[in-house]
Amino acid sequence: MIVLTALLLLLVVTLAFETGRRRAVTLAVDTPRSLHSRPVYHGAFVALCGGLPALFVLLVWLIAHAAVVEQLVLAQLPEALRGQQPERVALFLAEARGIASGHFENQRAAPELVAAAADFLRFSTFSLRLLPVVVLLVALAGFMASLPRCTPALRAQRRVEKILRALLAACSGVAVLVTIGIVLSLVFEAFQFFLRVPISEFLLGTHWSPQTAIRADQVGSSGAFGAVPVFAGTLLITAIAVLVAAPVGLYSAIYLSEYARARLRAVVKPALEVLAGVPTVVYGFFAALTVGPTLRTLGEQLNLSVASESALAAGLVMGVMIIPFVSSLSDDVIRAVPQSLREGSLGLGATPSETIRRVVLPAALPGIVGALLLAVSRAIGETMIVVMAAGLAANLTANPLEAVTTVTVQIVTLLTGDQEFDSAKTLAAFALGLLLFLVTLLLNVIALSVVRRYREQYD
Amino acid sequence: MTEPRAADARPNTLRRTRAGKQSLARRYAAERRFRSYGLLAIGFALLSLALLLGSIIHRGLPAFIHHEVRLELHFDPVLLGIERATAPEAFAFADCEALLRASLQSFFPEARERRARRELFALLSAGAGFELCATLAAQPALLGSRGARSLPLSSDADRYFKGEVNAALPESERRLSDRQLAWLDALAAAGRIERRFAMRFFTGGDSREPELAGVLGALVGSFWTLLVTLLLSFPVGVAAAVYLEEFAPKGRLIDLVEVNINNLAAVPSIVFGLLGLAVFLNFFGLPRSVPLVGGMVLALMTLPTVIIASRSALLAVPPSIREAALGVGASPLQVVMHHVLPLALPGILTGAIIGMARALGETAPLLMIGMVAFIVDIPGGPLEPASALPVQVFLWADSPERAFEARTSAAILLLLTFLVAMNLTAVLLRSRFERRY
Repeated sequence: MIVLTALLLLLVVTLAFETGRRRAVTLAVDTPRSLHSRPVYHGAFVALCGGLPALFVLLVWLIAHAAVVEQLVLAQLPEALRGQQPERVALFLAEARGIASGHFENQRAAPELVAAAADFLRFSTFSLRLLPVVVLLVALAGFMASLPRCTPALRAQRRVEKILRALLAACSGVAVLVTIGIVLSLVFEAFQFFLRVPISEFLLGTHWSPQTAIRADQVGSSGAFGAVPVFAGTLLITAIAVLVAAPVGLYSAIYLSEYARARLRAVVKPALEVLAGVPTVVYGFFAALTVGPTLRTLGEQLNLSVASESALAAGLVMGVMIIPFVSSLSDDVIRAVPQSLREGSLGLGATPSETIRRVVLPAALPGIVGALLLAVSRAIGETMIVVMAAGLAANLTANPLEAVTTVTVQIVTLLTGDQEFDSAKTLAAFALGLLLFLVTLLLNVIALSVVRRYREQYD
Repeated sequence: MTEPRAADARPNTLRRTRAGKQSLARRYAAERRFRSYGLLAIGFALLSLALLLGSIIHRGLPAFIHHEVRLELHFDPVLLGIERATAPEAFAFADCEALLRASLQSFFPEARERRARRELFALLSAGAGFELCATLAAQPALLGSRGARSLPLSSDADRYFKGEVNAALPESERRLSDRQLAWLDALAAAGRIERRFAMRFFTGGDSREPELAGVLGALVGSFWTLLVTLLLSFPVGVAAAVYLEEFAPKGRLIDLVEVNINNLAAVPSIVFGLLGLAVFLNFFGLPRSVPLVGGMVLALMTLPTVIIASRSALLAVPPSIREAALGVGASPLQVVMHHVLPLALPGILTGAIIGMARALGETAPLLMIGMVAFIVDIPGGPLEPASALPVQVFLWADSPERAFEARTSAAILLLLTFLVAMNLTAVLLRSRFERRY
């Protein structure tokens, strides 16, 4: 039905374009010079005047459709059912929706459930049938209003260009909307969470076991949301990753930009970028099935107990993943250091390595710090490697051979699988997500401003 | 005569005196060390890459081969439990497993007791009977005839023929018993075992049985997801880039938008997943696990990439072209649409392809919106539950069964092939059509 509506709208808009264009041509057939704009713009004007409002109505309708139908069904329900707790009503509605869409068998369903399902079907069919009618009416109204205005004197081109420019501007606003959406949704859900669990306990508590029980009398029914072990685990893995990536990335960048011949550079640079292009799920598989077991056997030979999901395995592989971020950004900033600085130092008799260590690196330091910060932010937000290779249980330790968990792992485990949306468990994931977003945002803002200021210095 | 001596006396003190020589040697050694650190770092990075790819290729290649067993079958209607004259639908209820059992039993008459029989039949894939029934339904004329058919072995038996089962281990630590190994050896000695290309891997959906599991479902799911992503992020991204680069007035507001886009590009992907879960699923009530929502989330994620790439492509078009077009009377919009955009298109497309490649490899946001379900059917559209290729990798990697390890690596190889193809297209596009001004 939706596809049909869209096709119909497309057809009507094409017709409107043609009508507008023809009208302009016929009106100006005797005096072609009197036409302010070319006929195409008259056609586009009419098409836009009808098409845009209709498209808007279509989108709003599709967004509101599900919620409106649900409200209508709710209004039809008997009083006894509506008076229940909100969770039960939601469950009831979900079941009714399932029956209506044919996913569940409705053999043994209660009669009021069947009735609600029938209501669902009725209202949603009605809404979807009404949709093309309303959309086409809006489109036609737009055409009727704009067609008489298509006189030779109409400044059609100006108007069309104004509308198109506004559309372009709206598109660049989408990016801002996304940010606002992220912030609002995270803050809203996190706020709900902090109503249940005090923010101080979340940030300072040292016990994390989010599995809230279903029955009140079960063991551990309360659930504990002290996130310090989770932060500690994230920091541990990130630290290992940076310890791997920073020297390797930095030395590769130095060698590539200062020593390597053009031919070596042409081979190695793309190869390093391949590391950045490998999907993270592949790194996760590598960490979990190759690196983890290898470290474990190594540890056994050295009489060390290495957990099979050790922080070291995840950190090492994550470090390999962020090498290209460090190396390509550092490469850029090292090459941006003016050649005259190097020549001055070499001319005074310094060896190339002395030049690099004493002159080039200090000059490039802010850029390198920015690159490292971006790499850290990437490592903190990385999900798949740790989901596949790090542990699930929170463990407050600084030993890289033990299993630790991270913020992203907890978000994934709390939110995958069946869930009721309002439990503290799922809301905790949003609180963690908010924190993750804020920390990475802070790192990015600092890194970007450092890099930018540095660039301006030498330009 | 004295002048040259005086001239070379000074510079050579460094090389003549003992302390000078030592200091030089030290500095040169430091220089060599420094260089070797650089080479070591590059070596480490390249070695990691080689290890990563090597281990995956090594693990993944066996999954493209599967062993089948050729069995003499008698399509006996009585054994099948259906009459000769029934309609084709009846084959759905036919007991094809009985045929297989009878055939295996006649090959190994010594397996009589219950447990031995169960072990014997476990050598065949659980899907063998189903496959036989499908063949029968397609060719009802086979009913009553005799003939030989190749049928898939179970994953354990397949691993034995690939040499991945250590027969030296005690029986209790193997998934195949001594008896089963003897039967398999007998079948091989009789020339009944065939090595085949594992077509099922490319034509099947997901399955609990490793030998039947295929990537087609995930591949089609990825296709729908990426289609939605492309349709949303490409037009919006290009339009935004055109506005910011060509029309936007310089000012605070636009600076804010720019900072915002740059930061959005560095937001962790899982946060986009949280956004999708909270807004698309819970607020707008869109269905879970469908490519439409997955595509929308990935579109938001790739939007900054597309915008940034498009902006730099637009920036590379020299101002002289804009000025010339303006000079002959084009309106600003005409300048962009007729001249700047066509010239920038190769660069824009390159950026879009790279963004799509990143979206293809992305897993975390899809986990958040429930595209991790076990889905057997091949999705027929963007509104049917589906998984995606990287998610399939994640699911299989999680599976305890050893035979899935090879499948996972094979799926990764397929994913990497697609990524390489996309990136090569982008590189070719850039080198073929990019203009230097």
